[in-house]
Amino acid sequence: MKVSENWLREWVELDATTEEIAHQLIMSGTELDGIDPVASDFTDVRVGQIKSIEQHPDADRLKVCQVDIGLDDLLQIVTNAPVELEQKVPVAMIGAVLPSSKDGEKPLKIKKGKLRGVESSGMFCGSETLGMGEGDEGLLAIPDEAELGKNLRDIFDLDDVVLDLDATPNRADLLSVAGVSRELGVIMQAPVNVPDINVAELDHDQTFPVKITADDLCHRYVGRIIKDLDVKAKTPDWMIDKLLRSDIRSLGPVVDVTNYVMLELGQPMHGFDFDKLEGGINVRRSIAGEPQALLNGTTVNLKAETLVIADDNQAQGLAGIMGGEDSSVSDDTKNIFLESAFFLPEKIMGKARQYGLHTDSSHRFERGVSPDLQVKAMERATQLITEICGGKVGPITDVMVNDALQKRDVIHFEAYRIKRHLGIEVEASRVEDILTRLGCELSAFENGWDVTPPIFRFDLATSEDLVEEVARIYGYDNIPARLRPMEPLIARKEETLVTDEELRNVLVARGYQEAITYSFVPSEVESLLSPSQSQIKLSNPISEELSIMRSSLWSGLIPALDKNVKRQQSRVRFFETGLSFVQTDQGLTQRKKIAGAITGSLFAETWNSESKPVDFFDIKGDVEALLANASGQDFEFAATDHISLHPGQSANILSDGNIVGVCGAIHPAIEKKLDLDQQVFVFELDIDLISKKKLPEYTKLSPYPSIRRDLALLVERNISFSQLKKAIERLKIKELVESFVFDVYEGENVDSGQKSIALSLIFQDFSRTLEEQEISAHVEKIMASLKKETGAVLR
Amino acid sequence: MDKLTELMQQAKSQLEATSGLSELDEIRVHYLGKKGLVTDQLKQLGQLPAEQRKEAGQEINKVKQAIALLINERKEVLEEVALNERLQNESVDITLPGRQMEAGSLHPVTRTAKRIEEIFMQLGFGVEVGPEIEDDYHNFTALNIPDHHPSRASHDTFYFDDGTLLRTHTSPVQIRTMENKEPPLRIIAPGRVYRCDSDVTHSPMFHQVEGLMVDKDVTFSDLKGILEAFFKAFFEVEDLPTRFRPHYFPFTEPSAETDIQCVLCNGGGCRVCGNTGWIEVMGCGMVNPEVFRHVGIDPEEYTGFAFGFGIDRLAMLRYGIDDLRKLFDNDVRFLKQFA
Repeated sequence: MKVSENWLREWVELDATTEEIAHQLIMSGTELDGIDPVASDFTDVRVGQIKSIEQHPDADRLKVCQVDIGLDDLLQIVTNAPVELEQKVPVAMIGAVLPSSKDGEKPLKIKKGKLRGVESSGMFCGSETLGMGEGDEGLLAIPDEAELGKNLRDIFDLDDVVLDLDATPNRADLLSVAGVSRELGVIMQAPVNVPDINVAELDHDQTFPVKITADDLCHRYVGRIIKDLDVKAKTPDWMIDKLLRSDIRSLGPVVDVTNYVMLELGQPMHGFDFDKLEGGINVRRSIAGEPQALLNGTTVNLKAETLVIADDNQAQGLAGIMGGEDSSVSDDTKNIFLESAFFLPEKIMGKARQYGLHTDSSHRFERGVSPDLQVKAMERATQLITEICGGKVGPITDVMVNDALQKRDVIHFEAYRIKRHLGIEVEASRVEDILTRLGCELSAFENGWDVTPPIFRFDLATSEDLVEEVARIYGYDNIPARLRPMEPLIARKEETLVTDEELRNVLVARGYQEAITYSFVPSEVESLLSPSQSQIKLSNPISEELSIMRSSLWSGLIPALDKNVKRQQSRVRFFETGLSFVQTDQGLTQRKKIAGAITGSLFAETWNSESKPVDFFDIKGDVEALLANASGQDFEFAATDHISLHPGQSANILSDGNIVGVCGAIHPAIEKKLDLDQQVFVFELDIDLISKKKLPEYTKLSPYPSIRRDLALLVERNISFSQLKKAIERLKIKELVESFVFDVYEGENVDSGQKSIALSLIFQDFSRTLEEQEISAHVEKIMASLKKETGAVLR
Repeated sequence: MDKLTELMQQAKSQLEATSGLSELDEIRVHYLGKKGLVTDQLKQLGQLPAEQRKEAGQEINKVKQAIALLINERKEVLEEVALNERLQNESVDITLPGRQMEAGSLHPVTRTAKRIEEIFMQLGFGVEVGPEIEDDYHNFTALNIPDHHPSRASHDTFYFDDGTLLRTHTSPVQIRTMENKEPPLRIIAPGRVYRCDSDVTHSPMFHQVEGLMVDKDVTFSDLKGILEAFFKAFFEVEDLPTRFRPHYFPFTEPSAETDIQCVLCNGGGCRVCGNTGWIEVMGCGMVNPEVFRHVGIDPEEYTGFAFGFGIDRLAMLRYGIDDLRKLFDNDVRFLKQFA
């Protein structure tokens, strides 16, 4: 809520600067979104009146004015502003200082000077020059009754700031001048002056029947007829100014007064044109589809369960949200019916939102208007309206269908709870003082108090609520910070579990940058990369581009990578960890993945290594480096039919027969559809499925020499290395301790359709040096197996 | 004896003229080899009268040893020359970059999360994680945020058609932990969270760490102590001022918002802190007994505190990043700055 500081000072006697008040509010839980002066701190601008206007002899656009500022002599001022005879104008006197509205610019000091040869002793001011907001073109309008020579700061009460208070949602009581004053009175220990509100004298006895049908949504409805008003009367300037400082525009006296009372006391009100109402007021639930023309010029079709204020004919407004157009006060209104009601917060919460509305009224009712305010507000509004518009006041109709909220439950507040939650003792007398000043009634018992909170503080219902109040007023700053001694809680860290951190570190060491992409991605990208997944769509996405939950991290990574390529970064290596979201027959799964995407050359361009574009074996090498962490698992790369990958350069990664990941080149067709500039290789692994480490177990080293035999094999091109490997492993030769490929060759000297694979076999025994014949026998066996299983022959 | 002197002189000058080791060896053979000139002299001893042999032999041996010594000396010199020459030839421009895979980098958010986790782990806090697509109960109801509550509006929640939602904070992880584990509890829950909001200072996805401590005697004083210690450790500022302001959260009571003195201007006022000298970094408070009741912890037996702050925000403050959106733009030139 924005509110004038001076208005608050009318209510509470504060011997403190704005800064001190702001600090106290902030430190007691009310945030300040701004402290804005209503005008710049200009000096010596007075009310003048133009007595003569002559054309400047040497300049078409300038006029020479004689101005009466209430002194003996007239002032001569040259101006280019449009002025009229007898117009009252703001005059910056010689010596006046007008601060610049722009940062860094020097303030303007008014001096006696000559404009094109004609002497000028001052300057007329517009609203912008005075820091009073962007007004109309031309000079700031001065009210006719303003006394000549009077300082503008006094005329407009400009030594004031607007405090933009941001009360927390539980503090509905802070949405009014009365409430904020009460709070300031407590936190600054200052006296609060509550203005007298008189009970109006009655001029007639006409009433309008009120019925509360929806008595679970509305507990109380107070109404009154005021007849024979002059609605064309002008709202006084002091009221307009106060409303404006709270960002509310003047809309005629009846609306202005209801707004004013809402700001002052916190009770939203509504004024109906009485002659437009038929029969009586019925506070009822809407009938679905019922149309309602609103004050803001729109018409809504009501949903069911909306609370409306209706007459015998139709709904005349959304209760607590906005009045209806048909019965609104207009220039022709003669008689009004004023409404001041109490709606149950929890029952009307979210209703305004259903219609895309959020009003000052709904904001207050949703948070909670005090249930004892209705009659008081009615009298206050009556007083103000009759002061401005005259009129004949009728009796109040006060229908209360439920008085449960008119009294508060007692909180049994045991003193030990303060120390238990805060860690400090607060003296009993201090607790009593704080709670009493907050408006609570206390009745002490041994070691505590029975506390009755004030009716307007419905956020106070439990002991913890009271502990919070004590802490808040006592001051959080006064509660010492304690670094407590703590029982050691040793986090269990399994040595056989691969951590995310280990996986990340592998990739960082291999030149990958970690990316973080949004978990929601465009539907097209998901369709291209994971066409078989049913898409998980947000109901209210920010945009279509961010609407589908990723089923693969690739959906974010690949576009991110390509964006970099298009930014002249031709070598990109990205990885990301995070959840992927997949709808399965068993329901939604959210699994943690690590994925990578690489493009460009393997190494950054440098003086001593060949620039070679990345290929399948680079991404596979990275995957193998990741899998090496999971030493307790065996992995196998098998051909995959993954639809978005190159069929000849992609593999599923299996462990124990389960697919734990996939890697390969993006399918050229997909590459084209995604408009990728370069070939991209990707992998994705399910972290929880590659997390088993072996606890290392020492085995003795053989003291005997090992013997190496190399085999150059010729095989058909379609025979895979893993087939050769299996043919050898099947023999289970325990002396064969290692075997590896050291060359793969196709081309000259090898028939087309064939390839040459060079294998190295290392033999060793733990108890003796192996004999030549034994090794030869092993090699023969191996060759026989290779030939039988794969057709391999020695080259 | 003249012959010997002559040989000696000859050898000396020849040695001085040698420049290579092989040449040196030739000289050795020439004088001291089996058919060498000095060896010849020894062979000729037999022709001398017996009484002269001993003396002559000694003289020849002296010359032989002298020449051998000279050769050795020369050899050392030449070897050193040769070594120096080799070293010269083998020297490289050691300022050229080494051969390697240029190292990558962790994302600044990960880096920051890791730092946060390390500090809390020293205080005995464990790390917990949970799902990002959550149900309404864990994200709101169990945290004492009923339907249509005004504080729900500030959460700007992303929903799915079946009523599930993207978690708006990592507090549901605290609920799930309390449902499954018994106090005493000390945990933090870092992770992605989502809010339907996007502008210069808001991203629809960002990162939070929430923390929870539950024990028999946890107080607001402890909350202040542990979190002040955390921020000091995180920013490596030993006397970093902090202030706790009363606030409202449905799941804690008393609740607070925490400001730290602006780490960029040291409280003097700057653009980042909006000239206030303070930066809001965290929401926290004592766990509301309603929350304990939802998860089956007896609020009469246990108390606890909870807190939550933005990892992205701490990363931005720590590394001087001025625009939140840069964090998720994934520009390699940006990411490489965090290597």
